[in-house]
Amino acid sequence: MRFARQVLVILAKDLRAEMRTKEAINASLAFALVILLILSFAFDPSEETTREISGGLLWIVFTFAGTLVLNRSFARELPNDCLDALIAAPVPRAALFVGKALASFVLILAVEIVALPVFGIFYNVRWARQFWPLILVLLLGTWGLTAIGTLFSALTVNIRLREVMLPLLVYPLMIPLLLGAMQLSALLVSGQPITGDMTVWLRLLVGFDIIFTALSLALMDTVLMG
Amino acid sequence: MGAAAVDCAGVWKFYGDYPALRDISIQVSEGHCLALIGRNGAGKTTLLRILAGFSKPGKGHVHIGGQDPREAEARRHIGCIGHGIALYDELSAIENLRLFGRLYELPDPEKSAREWLERTGLERVRDGLVREFSRGMRQRLAVARAFLHGPSVLLLDEPFTALDDRAIVVLQTVLRDALAAGRTVVICTHQLREALELATDVALISRGRIAFHGERTAEMVSDPGWIYAHHGDN
Repeated sequence: MRFARQVLVILAKDLRAEMRTKEAINASLAFALVILLILSFAFDPSEETTREISGGLLWIVFTFAGTLVLNRSFARELPNDCLDALIAAPVPRAALFVGKALASFVLILAVEIVALPVFGIFYNVRWARQFWPLILVLLLGTWGLTAIGTLFSALTVNIRLREVMLPLLVYPLMIPLLLGAMQLSALLVSGQPITGDMTVWLRLLVGFDIIFTALSLALMDTVLMG
Repeated sequence: MGAAAVDCAGVWKFYGDYPALRDISIQVSEGHCLALIGRNGAGKTTLLRILAGFSKPGKGHVHIGGQDPREAEARRHIGCIGHGIALYDELSAIENLRLFGRLYELPDPEKSAREWLERTGLERVRDGLVREFSRGMRQRLAVARAFLHGPSVLLLDEPFTALDDRAIVVLQTVLRDALAAGRTVVICTHQLREALELATDVALISRGRIAFHGERTAEMVSDPGWIYAHHGDN
């Protein structure tokens, strides 16, 4: 209960601060929409192949746009040395991680929810035929991205080139997650359900989320305190 | 002499091969105020960051109220003002204090926040965003944030910087009240006159070593340069 309260305090603080400045969400949303637009010129939306690779396109956009949100997660604490005050507070590092990760998760999901219909229009895809399974894949994929991204956002917060370092460190580790999310999204966007062998990818997403959430919770203290 | 509220024994800190702190041992008793002074780069802020638990000593140990300052329970009893004000520009004064009140799990964060806004003379700008505050107002709010949870040990790095006369009086008043209530204060500063008026003990750090550590004397107050003249290496 106490842990949940502390998580909520961090989550509410991050969301309130973001809603006042809209720095991360505006940049992320604009980036997602521009990339969707530009890539739509590269492919002929009527082609079947476009629909086949649409899952991949979608996750490339979500990953790049999500990184912009994740970069701000701990960088937000740098002005006025707010990170010192957070570290000084008697809040478990795990609560700090969960609160910050949830705030980024909400922001990235908001970007995805806006970007999805735009994706459908630009690529002429009826993406909502498997709506709830697609939402499940989005939730699992986004949490995996957020869990690993929040940990590395803390790790790179004091590095001068953190905007470059975060994707360089996170993207290679995300390959299994992206493979699963892309495979499943392509399937669901084409209107087919997740059955048979494809459930392996779903299990992969769940496993990835569990492993990286546990790892982040365990490493947060070391990452922040050295 | 009471129990040591701040106990720092044989502390070394290395930046690469360079020893920024060399075998520092300091004890500050409960209810005492230590003025930690020294030239730029002497190691004052490094020591204060180790006392606050932000940084790990290379060798030696630090205890605050008998506990490692990196433990959550010890952090509850420490109040810090560092070089930054540690307040969110995008939040209002009251939102900032309410936030820290909740993080420190105060029984009534709203009430504590209002009390400290009043004590620091910021009640009328309680809903103003911190980014719109003057430097002095920001510093006063930082004081409120550090004192909000009633810490038993206060670690203050240059707390008088950028304060106008009125704000200096506010800070000195809350520090005197804190000392009268038995709290322990460590002030790291270049503004010797203000610090020495409050201090019961003085430590001079020179090139990472303790050059002097003892009780504050009348000569130090009447001539703030006295300690450098007698113990500094110029």
